[in-house]
Amino acid sequence: MNLIQQMPAILIGMPLIAAFLTPIIDRVNKKIRNGFVIVVLILEEIFMITLAWHVFTNGIAIYTMGASNPSIVPLQAAVPIRIVLEIDGMSAFMGLISATVCLAAGIYSISFIKEGNGKGKYYTLLLIMLVGMLGMEFTGDLFNLFVFLEILSITSCALIAYRNWYGDAVEGAFKYMVVSNIAALFVLFAIGLLYSRYDLLNIAAISKIMEYGSLEKIALVLLVSAFAMKCGAVPMHFWAPDSYTVAPAPITAILVSASQASLYALFRTCFSLYGNLMDYHSIGIVLILFGLLSMFIGVTMALPQKDIKRLMAYHAVSQTGYMLLGVGVGLYLLGSSNFNTYGVKAMEGGIFHIINHAMYKGLLFLTAGAIFYRLKTRNLNEMGGLAHTMKFTSIFFIIGALAIAGIPPFNGFASKLLIYEACYKVNPILSIIAMLVSILTLASFVKVFHSAFMGPKLHDVEEAPKSLLIGMGILTFVIILFGLFPGWVVNNIVHPAVTALANRIDYINAVMGG
Amino acid sequence: MIWNIPFITVIVLIAVGLYAVLFKRNLIKIAVGITIIESGVNLFLITLGYRKGGVAPIYTNLPPNVEIPKGMVLPVPQALTLTSIVIGVAVLALILSFTMKIYEHYKSLDSHIVRRLKE
Repeated sequence: MNLIQQMPAILIGMPLIAAFLTPIIDRVNKKIRNGFVIVVLILEEIFMITLAWHVFTNGIAIYTMGASNPSIVPLQAAVPIRIVLEIDGMSAFMGLISATVCLAAGIYSISFIKEGNGKGKYYTLLLIMLVGMLGMEFTGDLFNLFVFLEILSITSCALIAYRNWYGDAVEGAFKYMVVSNIAALFVLFAIGLLYSRYDLLNIAAISKIMEYGSLEKIALVLLVSAFAMKCGAVPMHFWAPDSYTVAPAPITAILVSASQASLYALFRTCFSLYGNLMDYHSIGIVLILFGLLSMFIGVTMALPQKDIKRLMAYHAVSQTGYMLLGVGVGLYLLGSSNFNTYGVKAMEGGIFHIINHAMYKGLLFLTAGAIFYRLKTRNLNEMGGLAHTMKFTSIFFIIGALAIAGIPPFNGFASKLLIYEACYKVNPILSIIAMLVSILTLASFVKVFHSAFMGPKLHDVEEAPKSLLIGMGILTFVIILFGLFPGWVVNNIVHPAVTALANRIDYINAVMGG
Repeated sequence: MIWNIPFITVIVLIAVGLYAVLFKRNLIKIAVGITIIESGVNLFLITLGYRKGGVAPIYTNLPPNVEIPKGMVLPVPQALTLTSIVIGVAVLALILSFTMKIYEHYKSLDSHIVRRLKE
C-alpha cells in the first residue's frame, strides 16, 4: 500500500476519528487530551506538506472513496461512480493554509480556553472544523462540497457561541448561522439544477459535458452569490464583523481561513466548473466590483471602530477584496492573449494574498486575543502602555500590522505589489484604489498600535502565557519566511495553484481520462 | 400542466421562507423561515427524481413488466434529500438552542432589541 496514495483519505479521516476520541480522553486526563490534539494537528500539518509536495511535483492526485485502486476513477458508461477526491495545486495550497492555521490556533487554545465546562468538546469541534475545510478543498463532487460546507458552518457556529455566558457571542453565532444556512441551501438548489440537467454530481464530469444554457446561468448566479456571501464580500459582509468579534480569538483565526475555503469554492466554480464556457468577462467584472467595494467599504468602516477585534474584522472584509480583485482580473482576461502575460500575474497576486492574509490576519486576531486574555476588554480606549510588559505580543503585533499594510520586507508587500502591477495594465484606477486602501489600512493599524501599546503604563499585566506565544510565533515565522523569499514561494507554491485553476482541461482529464 | 405544480410549490416555499427571514423580527420566525426554505429545496430534489408511474429502485423486488432503468424513480436525489434532512435537523437544533440562550440573556426575541453588537 502506497502511503502517499492514501494521504487524502487519511487527512480527512484522521482528525474526524481524533475528534470523537477527544471527549473520551478528556474524561481520563486533561493534559493527555491537550497533547493528543496537538499531536494530531502536527501530524496533519506534516501529512499536508507531504501531499502538497507530491501534488506540486507530480500533478493532480485522485482518491476514489472505496475503490480497490483509489487513484483510478471507475467509469461506467463515461460516468464516474463513487465519491472522488481531487487534489490539484489549488486544493493543496488551500489545504496548507487550513492545516497551518489550525495548528497555530490549536496550540494557542491550550492556555486561552480556560473558562467553560465543555473544553473537551471545544477541541472536538475544532478538529471537525479542520475536517470541514479540508473536505471542501479536496472534494471533486458537488454534493460532497455541500455536506462539508454544512459541517464547517455548523461547527463554526457552535464555536463562535462557545462563550455563551456573553449574550453577544450567541447573537453573533445566530447571525452567522442564518447567513451560512441560506447560502448552503442556495448551493444545494444550484446543485439540484445541475443534477436535473446532467444526472451527474462530479465537478469534472459536469464540466466536460456542460452546455451554457439558461439553467446553467441560474445555477451560476446562485453559486457565485452563495459563496460570495459566505466569504464576506461587501454587499453580504454584515455577518463578518459581528461573528469575528465575539468568537474566541483562535476560532476567529480559523474562521478567516474558513471563509477562504468558501472563496476557494467560488474560484473552483468559476474556473473549473464553468471555465471559459461562461461569459467570463462579465463574471470577472462582477468579481472585480465585489473586490473594489469590499476593499473600500471594509477599510472605511474599520477606521472609526473602537473594538479592536471588530476593527480587524472589517480589515478582513477589506483584504478579501484584494483576493477577489486579483483573481477577478485574471478571470476577466482568461482566454485573451494578455492572460499569459499579466493575467497570470494578477492571479498569482490574488492567490498569494490568500495565504498571506490567512497568516497575518490570523496573527493579528491572536494578538488581540492575547490582549483580551490579560485585560478582559476589547475596547481600545481602555488599553494603553501594553508594550511595557507584553513585549513579545507587541512585536508580533507590529509584524502583523506591517504585513497587512504591505510594508516590505513582510509578505503582504509581495502579494500586493503583484496585484498593483497587474491591475495597472488593465486599468490604472484599480491600482490607485488598491494603494489608497493600503494606506488607510496602515493608518488604522497605526491608531491601534498607538492606543493599545504605546503611552504610559496603565495596566499592571504580565506577558501572555507560553502557549499563546508559541501559537503566534508559528504564524510570525511563516510571515517572515514568505516575506524574505517571496520569489521561491510564488514559483513553487503559488504558481502551481494558479496553473491548476487556469487549466480546466487538466482538471477534467484527471477524472475522466484522456 | 399538472406536473409543474411541484416546481411552483418549490418556488412559493422558497419565497415564503426568504420573506420570513428578511422581514420578520422574531428570531423563532426566522428559524421557521430557514426550515421552510429547506423544505422547498428538499421538495425540489425529490421532484427531480420522480418518474410518472415509477417504482422504487430495488432490483431484487421489482414488479413484472418494469423497464430497467426507465421505469424506476432515481435513487440519487432521494439519498441527497435524506442527507439534507439530517443536516437540517442539526441546524434547526443548533439555531433553536441559540434562540433559547439569546432569550436568557436579552429577555426578548425581537431582532430590534437583540443588537448589542451594533452599539
